[in-house]
Amino acid sequence: MGIESLERQPASRREFDVSEVATSDAGLRQVLHGLPGVDQVGVGERAAALATRSIKKDAKLTALDLAIAMVDLTTLEGADTPGKVRAMCAKAMLPDLADPPVPPVAAVCVYPDLVPVAKQAVAGSSVAVASVATAFPSGRASLAVKLADVRDAVTAGADEIDMVIDRGAFLAGRYGQVYSEITAVREACGPAHLKVILETAELATLDNVARASWLAMMAGADFIKTSTGKVTPAATPAVALVMLAAVRDFEQTAGRRVGVKVAGGIRTAKDAIRYLVLVNEIAGPAWLTPRLFRIGASTLLNDLLMQRSKQRTGRYASPDYFTID
Amino acid sequence: MSDRAPAKKPARGQVQPGRAATAAAAGARLGVRKTYKLFIGGAFPRSESGRSYPVRDRDGELLAHAARASRKDLRDAVKAARGAFPGWAGATAYNRGQVLYRVAELMEGRAAQFAAEVAQAEGLSAGKAESAVAAAIDRWVWYAGWSDKVAQIAGAANPVAGPYFNFSVPEPTGVVATIAPQQSSLLGLVSVLAPVIVTGNTAVVIASEPRPLPAVVLSEVLATSDVPPGVVNLLTGYTGELAPVAADHMDVNAIDLTGTGPADRAALERAAAANLKRVYHDGERWADPPGTRRLLATLEIKTVWHPAGI
Repeated sequence: MGIESLERQPASRREFDVSEVATSDAGLRQVLHGLPGVDQVGVGERAAALATRSIKKDAKLTALDLAIAMVDLTTLEGADTPGKVRAMCAKAMLPDLADPPVPPVAAVCVYPDLVPVAKQAVAGSSVAVASVATAFPSGRASLAVKLADVRDAVTAGADEIDMVIDRGAFLAGRYGQVYSEITAVREACGPAHLKVILETAELATLDNVARASWLAMMAGADFIKTSTGKVTPAATPAVALVMLAAVRDFEQTAGRRVGVKVAGGIRTAKDAIRYLVLVNEIAGPAWLTPRLFRIGASTLLNDLLMQRSKQRTGRYASPDYFTID
Repeated sequence: MSDRAPAKKPARGQVQPGRAATAAAAGARLGVRKTYKLFIGGAFPRSESGRSYPVRDRDGELLAHAARASRKDLRDAVKAARGAFPGWAGATAYNRGQVLYRVAELMEGRAAQFAAEVAQAEGLSAGKAESAVAAAIDRWVWYAGWSDKVAQIAGAANPVAGPYFNFSVPEPTGVVATIAPQQSSLLGLVSVLAPVIVTGNTAVVIASEPRPLPAVVLSEVLATSDVPPGVVNLLTGYTGELAPVAADHMDVNAIDLTGTGPADRAALERAAAANLKRVYHDGERWADPPGTRRLLATLEIKTVWHPAGI
C-alpha cells in the first residue's frame, strides 16, 4: 500500500465526466474524499529517494538549460518599482550576458499593476507575462473584487494569471465555493492561462493537497501551483510529488494535461534538478516542458547560471559575475 | 564499552601483544584516538568524498589518517569564507586584534599538545618542537598587533590641488586561498595565515600535505576562540588536487602559492589570472622574521575624495 496506491492506482476506476460532477459541496466531497489516501511517510521516503539521483555532466547541463527555460522569474514585493521590473524582464530575456546561448526563461511574474511595464519590456520575445491576482496572497476579498483584479491584469496584457484559492473555504469543506470561484476566474481570464495556487503549507495534510489539486483541475485550471511564496514551508518535494501524481491521474481520467508549478524556497540548482527528477519519475517525461512544468523563483536563476558556467568552463563561478536581483 | 573486563579475561584465541596486555593488566586505559577532520564554516566535517589519506612521521610510521578534501569541500570552504567576509571585514580593527590575541592565548594553553604534534609531524626533538611552537605563538601575537596599525603605514592623506581631503585607505581583498608551507607544519602555517586574516580577509587554507596534523589542532583552537565561523577554513589533502581548483575558483580574490613547488606555479598563476586574483609567493622567505609584505599582499588601496572646508 502507500506508495503503490499512489503510483499504480490510476483514477480509471473512478471514471466520471468532469463536466457532470455535481458542483455542490456534497457532490464534490464525494469525489474528493473518494480519492485514494496519500501515505505521508511513503511519499516523503519516495521523494527523498528520488532526491538522491545523481545527475552529472551532459545530463546536468541539459537539466540546467531545461530548468532555466522553466523559470517564472518572480518579483512580488511591496517595494517593486517599474525599474526593478524592467531590469528583471531584461534578465528574463537574456539571462546571461556573457553567454547568449542561455535560453530565455518561461515567464516573468509580477503584481497586476506592473503588468503593463512588464508587457512592454518583454514585447517581441518569447517570455510571457504572468500576474498574480484574486487578492494575492491571502485571497481574502469578495469574489467581485477578485474578478476585477483578474480582469484588470488580463486587460493590461497578462498572458497567465496566478490565482489563489480560498483556503478558508476549502478547509471548512465548502468545496462548491472554491470550485465556483475558480470557474468564475477561469471565465474572467479569457485567453490567459490560469494557474491555481493551492498554498499547500496552509492545507495541513497531503490528502488535502491531492483534493485541492483535483478540485482545481476539475474547475478548469491550466496549472496547479504549490505556493504563493509568502508562507513557509513553500514548495516541498513531497507536496510536488502528490501534485504530479494528481496531474498524471487526472490526464488518465479526464484526458486533459494540467501543468504543475512549484514556487517558493527553491534557491539552488540542485533543488531545481531534484524537482525535474520528480517530474520525470512521477508525472512522466511528457511534463518536462515549460508548457507543463514551471519553477517560480527569483534567486534560483543566478544559481542555475553559475552552475551552468561551472559545467561549461570547469571553474567554480562567483556571484560577482552575475546580476544582482 | 568497558575497557577492563576484556583485558583481564581475553577472549579465546585473541592474540594480545605483550605490552598492551601488561598495560591493560596494570589498569591502563584504552587509547582514545583522535579523528583529524576538516574545518569549514566553523564546523568539523569529514571530506564529503569520504576519503582520507595516511599521514606518516619521518620514519614512515603511520601517525593518523587525515581527511582528504575534495574540490567540493574546497567549494564549500570558499562559500563559508565568502559568507563570513562582510562581518569580519566590517569588524573594527581593534576587535580583530583582540580576537587574534585571544587565539594566541588559547594556543599558549595548548602549547604542550602543539609541541607533541609538531615533534611527531616534523620529527623534531621535544625541545626544538617547543621552541617552534613558541615561535609560532609569538608570530601570531606579532601579527595580531598589526590589526589597527597597518592603515597607518599603508594608507595616506594625499595632497591634492583642490578643496578636498584625499585619503588612501587599505581594505581587505576578500577571500584568500593559502597554500601553507609543506615543511613547517605550524610555524609555516601561522606565518601565512595570520597576516591574511588580521586585516579583515577571510581564508581558505590548504594545510601541508605531508604534515597536516598540527594544522587540525590549530583549527580546534580557532573554533573555540572568538574567530567567527568561516573566517578561517582549513582543508587537509593533496595540494596538487586542491590548489588548481582554488586557482580556478572565480570567487577567490587572492591566492598565496607559498606551499606549491616552482614547477606547478606557472600553471596556477595562469589559472589565477582568469579573475585577476592577486598572486603571492615568496619561496622560503616566510621563515624570515615577519615584516609587512605579507600584510600588504592581500590589501587593496581605496582612495576617496571628500570635500573640505564647506
